[in-house]
Amino acid sequence: MEQFEYPRVGETVYCETLENGLRLRVVCKPDFQRSFAVFAANYGGGDRRFRLGDDWIDTPAGVAHFLEHKMFDMPDGDDALFALSRAGAEPNAFTSSDITAYHFECTRDFEDNLRTLLRFVSTPYFTPESVQKEQGIIGQEIRMGEDDPDYAVYVNLMQCLYAHNPIRESVAGTVESIAEITSETLYACHKVFYNPSNMALCVVCALPPERVAEIAREMLPAAPGPVPEIDYGPAEAPLPCRAEKRVEMAVSAPQFLLGVKVTPAEKGLPLLRQKIVAELALRALAGHSSKLYQDLYKEGLVTDDFGADMDYASGVATLLAGGESRDPEQVRDRLLAAAEQVRRDGLDRAVFERTRHAAYGAWLRGLDRFDGMCIDLVDSVFGEYPLLELFSLLDEITPEECAAFLAGHLTAERVALSVIDPVSKEA
Amino acid sequence: MQRTRTELLPGVWLTALHTEKFKTGCLSVSLLTQLTRETAAMNAVLPFVLRRGSTRLPDMEAISAALDDLYGAVISPAVRKLGEVQAIGFFSTFADDRAVGEPVFAPLAREVCAMLIAPNTHGGLLRQDYVTRERDVLLDRIRGRINDKRSYSVERLTELMCCYEDYSVSHLGDEETAGAIHYQKLTRHYHEVLAASPVEIFYCGSLAAKDVARILTDLLSSMPRGELYDDIGTDIRMNAVEEDVRYFEEEMAVTQGKLAIGWRLGDQMDDPDLPALRVFNAVYGGCVTSKLFLNVREKLSLCYYAGSRLDLHKGLMLVSSGIEVENYDRALAEIFAQLDAVRAGDFTDDDLEAAKRCLASDLRAALDSPGALESYWLSRSLLGLDYDPAELAALIEEVERAQVIAAAQSVVCDAVYFLRGTEAEDDGTV
Repeated sequence: MEQFEYPRVGETVYCETLENGLRLRVVCKPDFQRSFAVFAANYGGGDRRFRLGDDWIDTPAGVAHFLEHKMFDMPDGDDALFALSRAGAEPNAFTSSDITAYHFECTRDFEDNLRTLLRFVSTPYFTPESVQKEQGIIGQEIRMGEDDPDYAVYVNLMQCLYAHNPIRESVAGTVESIAEITSETLYACHKVFYNPSNMALCVVCALPPERVAEIAREMLPAAPGPVPEIDYGPAEAPLPCRAEKRVEMAVSAPQFLLGVKVTPAEKGLPLLRQKIVAELALRALAGHSSKLYQDLYKEGLVTDDFGADMDYASGVATLLAGGESRDPEQVRDRLLAAAEQVRRDGLDRAVFERTRHAAYGAWLRGLDRFDGMCIDLVDSVFGEYPLLELFSLLDEITPEECAAFLAGHLTAERVALSVIDPVSKEA
Repeated sequence: MQRTRTELLPGVWLTALHTEKFKTGCLSVSLLTQLTRETAAMNAVLPFVLRRGSTRLPDMEAISAALDDLYGAVISPAVRKLGEVQAIGFFSTFADDRAVGEPVFAPLAREVCAMLIAPNTHGGLLRQDYVTRERDVLLDRIRGRINDKRSYSVERLTELMCCYEDYSVSHLGDEETAGAIHYQKLTRHYHEVLAASPVEIFYCGSLAAKDVARILTDLLSSMPRGELYDDIGTDIRMNAVEEDVRYFEEEMAVTQGKLAIGWRLGDQMDDPDLPALRVFNAVYGGCVTSKLFLNVREKLSLCYYAGSRLDLHKGLMLVSSGIEVENYDRALAEIFAQLDAVRAGDFTDDDLEAAKRCLASDLRAALDSPGALESYWLSRSLLGLDYDPAELAALIEEVERAQVIAAAQSVVCDAVYFLRGTEAEDDGTV
């Protein structure tokens, strides 16, 4: 196995691509009781139209998420979620717009649990009855999401920003779209997306990394498969389709999210670099240490849940900033004004150096969080970059690079704003 | 991992865990106060006001610059409710000294202690602008409780169910008392709380406990210590408020209903068998292999989530579930039926073993997380217990079926709360 050492932060990442195309990342932590493993498919809610042989296949919204729920059914009638839980592991799964991830944490019997994980995710077993039953459970989950202001504010923003991209729609689909899903849909999508060449296995554990590779070889199909080709629709224009969307819900104060489309950098180091540039730039401009945040906080325009981040999914990237505010338009305008000042004067050197130092500490502390580290490793596999190179990038990236990122993206015509207002009294 | 408990000053206790396995260090300081309606909001706002500035670092700008220089260390105001004790103070995580090869803890602890005992004042009073702004933020936070319907429904249940007990007070206080917060009165309250509260300090990191104790004792040497609150604790009610279960219902413009049910843990709280109670909760609704998850969610598809949790400080079990409004009767009946099943011993040895494994694994995993260890030890200190997570895991593994049945038989249902959604099904907001 290839071994990448990062002595400055005391970590080693073991990497291998197996004969079947599975990409493996292992970090060894022999001092810990706990192990964490995630087995993920490069398949999410946004991957709805794909090529199979010579044909393009369209699938209803919500298949990736539906598949995630049904993968736990095993042919012997058992349920993998319960099998792992009975063994004392803590299993779970999630589907985002771009990946489906199955994971568990445990403090004993790691090898057996890893085998169970690999077996159930690679063994499709669906019946019309079980699919029908799941429609009830997922229907409830969709309804719960509809009541969630955080979710509504995000989806509404994506609908402002994007004209075609499937990120405009909920990962879970709608009650109507999931009614179209059959066991055949699930088998077909499993076959296309869950072949080892389209998957990653990332583990933090006490076992030697070679042992993890052996178990993966033992449990998974030996032959590689084709990596599916996805269609996210026509290229999106740089400007939003709509500048603002407001809806009312049962909330105490307006919740807002603003966004800007960003052209994702090409996979590999450029992508990691773009992510870290954006992180440093947004921290320096609008992080809790920034003058902008502190002014807005003191004036009562934002609360401490205000934050800015990047979102990469469905072939697109979006700069996001949001929180709670009595006047979201003013927060947007102040953010734009701060970015304009950066365009004129650049980023303050002293502020930038502190930001760099703080980001280093935050990433360093993140190395203690196995779940977060494994998910970041999955993103790095599909984004084709060496994750822990970020510590060198934190040293390399210049304030000019970050200033250019802000000036190039945070301009009035590029921003869209989504707001959830409290239900008006007279309604 | 070596644990040391030391009294630094009268009523100021340090629990220090010495370990070299983390890159993250953790420090928390909690003043323990009695939760009451009159003082909860003032207590809740205090750490937020103190976090605005100290005599060393007078404002947010100075604080964040100093923390960024300390590898982005984080000092968060912390307000927690443990039974009827309101713990207020700071929770801090930082890059461990060993992981960056330079001192981080000592300079960080200096700032945390200064925030606590040497706030930025004006004419001897907490600054009016800080207090007014943080009062408004607290009010927003109190009003914002409705934004998360799941936790809101459980909070409403406990408010209504424990309406004659201080437990009904939110850890944030209520709008009325929060709205009345005034900087002069808050200053007096601050001095009283600072002098009279027992203090729990927690440290986890690579420094030796004696060095941590020495650094903190130095920094806190000028902390006023008066006559301590000696009666802080939680009044445990064993039986239900009325003979019959009380039913409460409220409406909100949401699509999904939220059902919350509360039980008193009953007479067993005289001398609680805590490992058995935890196993009972895990068998009933506390983990994936539980009765509630398997039956209400998986078998009957009545809900997206259904789970139970315990408050061992107060002696409560709370069940929470998200359901379609029309499934109310069926879901409620099934939740009660599953409890009856546990009481009747209608669970397999496999169910029991799975519940124990789940709890034991959670506890052992806590040994790998500074944050989980902090919360574990604060809770332990309040309950007056001394076993560490691994020892508790071992006790849990020894729990037998009869103990679980006995724990289940002792619980008494007190109240049911339903947050009824009034939005029509196709009237989605997205």
